[in-house]
Amino acid sequence: MSDLTNLTLAELRDGFRKGDFSAVEVAESFNEAVAGADALNAYVEKTPELAIEAAKAADEARSSVSLKPLSGIPLGMKDLFATEGVLTSAGSKMLGNFKPPYESTVSANLKAAGAGMLGKLNMDEFAMGSSNETCAHGNVISPWRREGSNAGITPGGSSGGSAAAVSARIAPGATGTDTGGSIRQPAAFTGITGIKPTYGRCSRWGIVAFASSLDQAGPMARTVRDCAIMLENMAGFDPKDSTSIDAPVPQWEAGLSSDLKGKRVGVPKEYRIDGTPAEIDALWDQGVEWLRDAGAEPVEISLQHTKYALPTYYILAPAEASSNLARYDGVRYGLRETVEGGGLHDMYKATRSEGFGDEVKRRIMIGTYVLSAGFYDAYFTKAQRVRALIKQDFRKAFERCDMILTPTAPSAAFGLGEKTDPLAMYLNDVFAVPASLAGLPAMSVPGGLDKDGLPLGLHLIGNEMDEQTVLNAGLAIEERAPSIQLPEKWW
Amino acid sequence: MSEYRIKGQQGEYEVVIGLEVHAQVTSNAKLFSGAATAFGAEPNTQVSLVDAAMPGMLPVPNKECIRQAVRTGMAIDAQINKWSRFDRKNYFYADLPQGYQISQLYHPLVGEGEVEVSPDEKNPDKTKTIGVERIHVEQDAGKLMHDQHPTMSYVDLNRCGVALMEIVSKPDMRSPAEAGAYLRKLRSILRYVGSCDGNMEEGSMRADVNVSVRKPGEELGTRTETKNVNSVRFVQQVIEHEAKRQVKAIESGEGVSQETRLFDVAKGVTRPLRSKEDAHDYRYFPDPDLLPLELDDAFLAECRESLPELPDAKLKRYEDLGITPYNAAVLTAEVETAKWFDRLLDAGAEAKAASNWANSVLPGILNAKDIDFSDARNTPEASAEILAMVDKGEISKGQAKEVMELYLDEGGTPAEVVEKHGMKQTSDTGAIEAEIDKVLEANADKVEQYKGGKEQLFGFFVGQTMKAMRGQANPQVVNQILRAKLDG
Repeated sequence: MSDLTNLTLAELRDGFRKGDFSAVEVAESFNEAVAGADALNAYVEKTPELAIEAAKAADEARSSVSLKPLSGIPLGMKDLFATEGVLTSAGSKMLGNFKPPYESTVSANLKAAGAGMLGKLNMDEFAMGSSNETCAHGNVISPWRREGSNAGITPGGSSGGSAAAVSARIAPGATGTDTGGSIRQPAAFTGITGIKPTYGRCSRWGIVAFASSLDQAGPMARTVRDCAIMLENMAGFDPKDSTSIDAPVPQWEAGLSSDLKGKRVGVPKEYRIDGTPAEIDALWDQGVEWLRDAGAEPVEISLQHTKYALPTYYILAPAEASSNLARYDGVRYGLRETVEGGGLHDMYKATRSEGFGDEVKRRIMIGTYVLSAGFYDAYFTKAQRVRALIKQDFRKAFERCDMILTPTAPSAAFGLGEKTDPLAMYLNDVFAVPASLAGLPAMSVPGGLDKDGLPLGLHLIGNEMDEQTVLNAGLAIEERAPSIQLPEKWW
Repeated sequence: MSEYRIKGQQGEYEVVIGLEVHAQVTSNAKLFSGAATAFGAEPNTQVSLVDAAMPGMLPVPNKECIRQAVRTGMAIDAQINKWSRFDRKNYFYADLPQGYQISQLYHPLVGEGEVEVSPDEKNPDKTKTIGVERIHVEQDAGKLMHDQHPTMSYVDLNRCGVALMEIVSKPDMRSPAEAGAYLRKLRSILRYVGSCDGNMEEGSMRADVNVSVRKPGEELGTRTETKNVNSVRFVQQVIEHEAKRQVKAIESGEGVSQETRLFDVAKGVTRPLRSKEDAHDYRYFPDPDLLPLELDDAFLAECRESLPELPDAKLKRYEDLGITPYNAAVLTAEVETAKWFDRLLDAGAEAKAASNWANSVLPGILNAKDIDFSDARNTPEASAEILAMVDKGEISKGQAKEVMELYLDEGGTPAEVVEKHGMKQTSDTGAIEAEIDKVLEANADKVEQYKGGKEQLFGFFVGQTMKAMRGQANPQVVNQILRAKLDG
């Protein structure tokens, strides 16, 4: 039954409901595929028994016709979501084999919707990275290869394990989190679809924090429809998260329509960046044409503070991270390193030196610096102001259009070890970051392949709370873009 | 103006004092978690996942804590900021699981207000207004216990995350007496409002004491901050000690350095804790886990309506009832006393007599019997009954005290006590006259002396009559009849 892993989440759901196969068969197929995919290093913890347990419940529910929205669907969970009694390491040595006695709201919502869990997915340490090369558990390797090459390719990051798992069909869908592009960039790199909803749609409760004002959970899956289905079951108001939006969750799947008549798609001129490969720009133009074909009218818009987005992000996110990660002090959980004859501060120092990787340390230091007394106004306050201007840019833009189209990333996936300069690495998120700073819903959908046969993504940004328009435009592109054949199994 | 001066070799110095009072908010749950806040619980039994800063845990503001802080602000006539915000104050310390404290630096909940104090207890009418800079809301830290194990320190997170109000005064105080009066008044207001129990021994209220000295009229001097002082007396000791120490330091040419100090209770001196040079860079920034706090008019109106009559208003009302300023001040200082006294008035007692009873007579009785004022037996209704009997002439003032004592010992009602012990005062003129006749007859010689001009013997006859009647005669009637018989 291994061909079940080739089905989309919607196909699995509907096939299971029709009785084409049982939920246990689905779970077993994926468990088997997961077991055979160690070469990708996508899963840091496998939980086949949990997938089977949920599947059995789904099979029983089917006979009593009391199915839940995700009955019969096994999912992969990014290791940033606290899962009760199951390893939650955030890709860090600092948390070691931490098994929380609680369940994140998003994973609990998915569980309550009937979904099973295949395991915990690898990621950049504390979600800091764009290539999955900062994981304490080793790099994730993309199932993709450049044509004619065997070199390992990055799946992107930080939700690289999730992207690789969906792309390698060892999960029909997976959770991701996006702080400055961590869902969208890996989705683009692996030829899949991923959406970051409006900030506050999904509860952050139980998600190991990176940058609180930016972190947002979202789904990663093979199709736009699959993303809509998953997001519907992840989102919702949560009184345990003060920043959660108190609004009902729309029926996004039911609202899907690729008819964009009467809609205007904004094309921001500032996103034409020098040095972007011609094929990226060409794909972008192609995307505009597909949306025009679906009935949308393209309009040029200006997001004039775009060039300040990346520096702003790399002040604000590390500032919040330096504070959020202060709790990892070796006192209550996770790693603890002591120094012979040392005191409390020696223990802190040893624990944090040993527990955090280089990228995390770099960001903690940047964050600590920009918050420090002498530099606070020069950096943090100024970045807050620029963030407000970027939000204002979008507000103005959405007076003129309903959605914005850009490329997802400035290039296709690069090879593991190819990018060593942190600043060059940060540039990967240049298109994704502005929407994060503005808290807007944004999605990456596959657009085509580059000259080496690697996937490229198109990026849709919607107005606040308007995930539906983003999904619909995504669907319109999905229907028109050449269908991407996911990589053949080599692993 | 305060006359308090420190005498140095080179003249007199004035002391300038500001207090930062940390008051624990009375609430059932912590500021940002649902954990309980009871005092004296076993270590680490009142700690939620949020308090322990488990990964992914988020703070959610407890509305009751906000409400209490707003009500406190209203009670000192302060500006209530409808828009305020929580900031993180980042620093590493073992009693701080998150690695930061959630506080308010940039936009506090409560702005400027004021407290009127009477530094001179003998002259409660002489008042001074102390400005309050702001009240902000913040989390308390956990408690470190260093003496439980030879090599390890233990951490108790029970207090961690408990809501505190930090009430920051302006540097308006000029003497230990003013600081003491301010603290006592503040505590009184907090207890009236019900936003803090004011229990300094249990740590519900503590003060950081900022002290500097200067020649009168000159620029402000360099100040020191003495942390966590937990009684009014200690605060006053800190000020006295710091002021003298600073004058000495200035005159010796060494100068005062801006630093944080600790108060050594045993020795009554302050010691340096850390200097400004190695002061922490706290790295404040708005807490991204929390939205700004926005209060609407309905909430503010509810807070205002829920405020009780406050000490100053009550004081004025008592004075208007004819109670002396001193008595009124004593009666209003503690909310329990004031509530008790209001019940006494409600039961119909005459204000002036009631205030004397409550302030002078009753405390003596309770002290002698070692009974707490709040003892269940000490009901204002019993006192009201006794005062009513005095008022009606049924018992004398002297008997009133005795009735109260017996009532406390034996229970029942004051009326039953009077009945049982046959203490009812008699105004029966026949009986009194008969008794007086006997007294005069038995003391014929003294009657002669009286008539001969020794008028001070009148008291003797009254005493003899009262004694003969076992104190139950109405002294007014006794007086009347005696006068008639002796002078008539």
